[in-house]
Amino acid sequence: MGQYIARRAVLAIPVLIGILFVTFALARLIPGDPCRAVLGEKATDEICDAFFKRVGLDQPIPVQFGIYLRQIVVERDLGESFRYGRPVMDIVVERLPLTIELAFSAMLFATFLGIIFGVISAYWHNSSIDVATMVGANLGVSVPVFVLGLVLQYIFALLLRDTFLALPPSGRINPVIPNPPFYEVWGMQFEDGTSWATFLHFLSNFVFFNTLVTLNFKAFWDAVQHMILPAVAVGTIPLAIIARITRSSLLEVLSLDYIRTARAKGLAEIGVVFRHGLNNALLPVVTIVGLQLGYLLAGAILTETIFNLTGLGKTLFDAITSRDYIIVQGFTLIVAVSFVFINLLVDISYAFLDPRIRLS
Amino acid sequence: MTTADTALSSIPALAKSKEPSSLYKDALRHLMQKQSAIVGMVILAILTAVAILAPLIAPFDPELQLIGKEDGIKKRSAPCVHMLGCSTELPQHVFGVDANFRDFFSRVVYGARLSLVVGFASVTIAIISGTILGSVAGFLGGWVDNVIMRLMDVLLAFPALILAIAIVTVMGPGLINALIAISIVTIPMYARVIRSSVLTVKEQDYVLAGQSVGVPQFRILYRDILPNAITPLIVQGTLGIGTAIVEVAALSFLGLGAQPPTPEWGLMVSSERNQIFTAPHLVLIPGICIALVVLGFNLLGDGLQDALNPRLNRR
Repeated sequence: MGQYIARRAVLAIPVLIGILFVTFALARLIPGDPCRAVLGEKATDEICDAFFKRVGLDQPIPVQFGIYLRQIVVERDLGESFRYGRPVMDIVVERLPLTIELAFSAMLFATFLGIIFGVISAYWHNSSIDVATMVGANLGVSVPVFVLGLVLQYIFALLLRDTFLALPPSGRINPVIPNPPFYEVWGMQFEDGTSWATFLHFLSNFVFFNTLVTLNFKAFWDAVQHMILPAVAVGTIPLAIIARITRSSLLEVLSLDYIRTARAKGLAEIGVVFRHGLNNALLPVVTIVGLQLGYLLAGAILTETIFNLTGLGKTLFDAITSRDYIIVQGFTLIVAVSFVFINLLVDISYAFLDPRIRLS
Repeated sequence: MTTADTALSSIPALAKSKEPSSLYKDALRHLMQKQSAIVGMVILAILTAVAILAPLIAPFDPELQLIGKEDGIKKRSAPCVHMLGCSTELPQHVFGVDANFRDFFSRVVYGARLSLVVGFASVTIAIISGTILGSVAGFLGGWVDNVIMRLMDVLLAFPALILAIAIVTVMGPGLINALIAISIVTIPMYARVIRSSVLTVKEQDYVLAGQSVGVPQFRILYRDILPNAITPLIVQGTLGIGTAIVEVAALSFLGLGAQPPTPEWGLMVSSERNQIFTAPHLVLIPGICIALVVLGFNLLGDGLQDALNPRLNRR
């Protein structure tokens, strides 16, 4: 088992270096003069020479790549945003939690409903329920995230606005509802600027977590309501994919001999389908869930923009429109690296779920 | 007629024996039996017709601003069809008018053109590059294979849209650049498909036979191996067109693809997205169009996947 994990981890290293190279090349390939992009149009040649020397741009490309690697890996520094005048890492600490919350809420929605629909569809194979679910899945896969988000806003914030189904069209939490960070509520003492402080800030930016640990249930409920539409918007495509995979995988398993044996010995149908069938049918679903989690991070760009959520995605969008390349570079790196790690986790969870893989 | 012939034709199974059918003939037959694939083909046929006949269908130039050219025209006015009871005093606009006084129906019609062209073009570029890379990697093996496929792994490590955004940031926004970016991020998918097919076909006897009589390597690759590795590519390509259309639309939505006043569906959704509560038709109509074209390609692709798979148990 350990050997299997180690092998997978080693395989990820060249990919990580490749990613670093791509993001490095990205910053070097951007048209225009980096000096005047940072210091302004009026910078003189002498000032620019000094600037190049300071940031290492006067060095040969391989040396520059070395400096970049060192900066990222050793110093964990993603550079400083032109637009905000702050280190990119700070912006990440502030805004990543929202994106993680969005991705997980969407995944929860997609996995839970997807498996239920898939099971129903497989169990009543070729019935009208099955056909309806699969037609729904086909439609779900085809609607682009940004269109679905706008349609949901239109339905739940406008058409249903005076009913109990009304949901807020944008924002993370109603600003009127107080949501003090947990370290203030608990009266924790710490020094600003330390990594401990950064970690506490990072944690408190998880709105669900923060409102729950401070027992602020009113704020929690409000946060949940704000999260429903974005989560549904991002989660619909994975939901449809998970439903289809669950269905085909369970159909295959349910036709096997041991299922007939289970039925023959008189097990309750529910036990046959869930304990014996679904347990063994979920392996492909795990892969899909893992892969989709990476795509959710990408879908977040569109969804956060539509729902006005200041997470990683919206920041990336704003950075593109304001040509803040350092942020584009840093965020691309973060998303790609998390994607690699998620895939690694999927591979490892595979081995836990299926002994055949870790033994081969 | 000889006695042997008479004897043979008297056996019913032999007398009525069917013509031998090719994989593609077979596939077409199975495709036509699948309702969802037919729905997909109908959607795509309609959209293609609209795209080709756009100048005949669209009543106005899609980029023409009608302010001052037409009486009573209002910005972002709702759809108005005289036959359906809309007052004849108002100008007729089937899908209404957009924020710049342009006929929205004409824009949507021309949008079909752009979407289909963009989808086909980006998939074609990706398939050609993917085929070259994948076949060379699979055929030559060794370090060439390693280098090419590790490169593909790196590209696959980025979620497609994020990498496309990064590429367009470098190349500068625009429809053509968005299209190229989407092709680049999808190359690994096709390269992998082709490589695995090539690896399977490479070991077949007829290829070994060709090699043993000294047929040049690349002739074997292009004449013997590739034609036999192309089936999975057709399926992937069909599904890929839908994805490419959505992703290019998403880039346009983010302001990185088509630029105004191009009648591109993603851009149309994006430029009116703040009007979702006041003029929802301007957002919903192009949105539904994108969904429809993607649905068409998805249904057709799924159908092809079943139809072209000879191992699949067909009921």
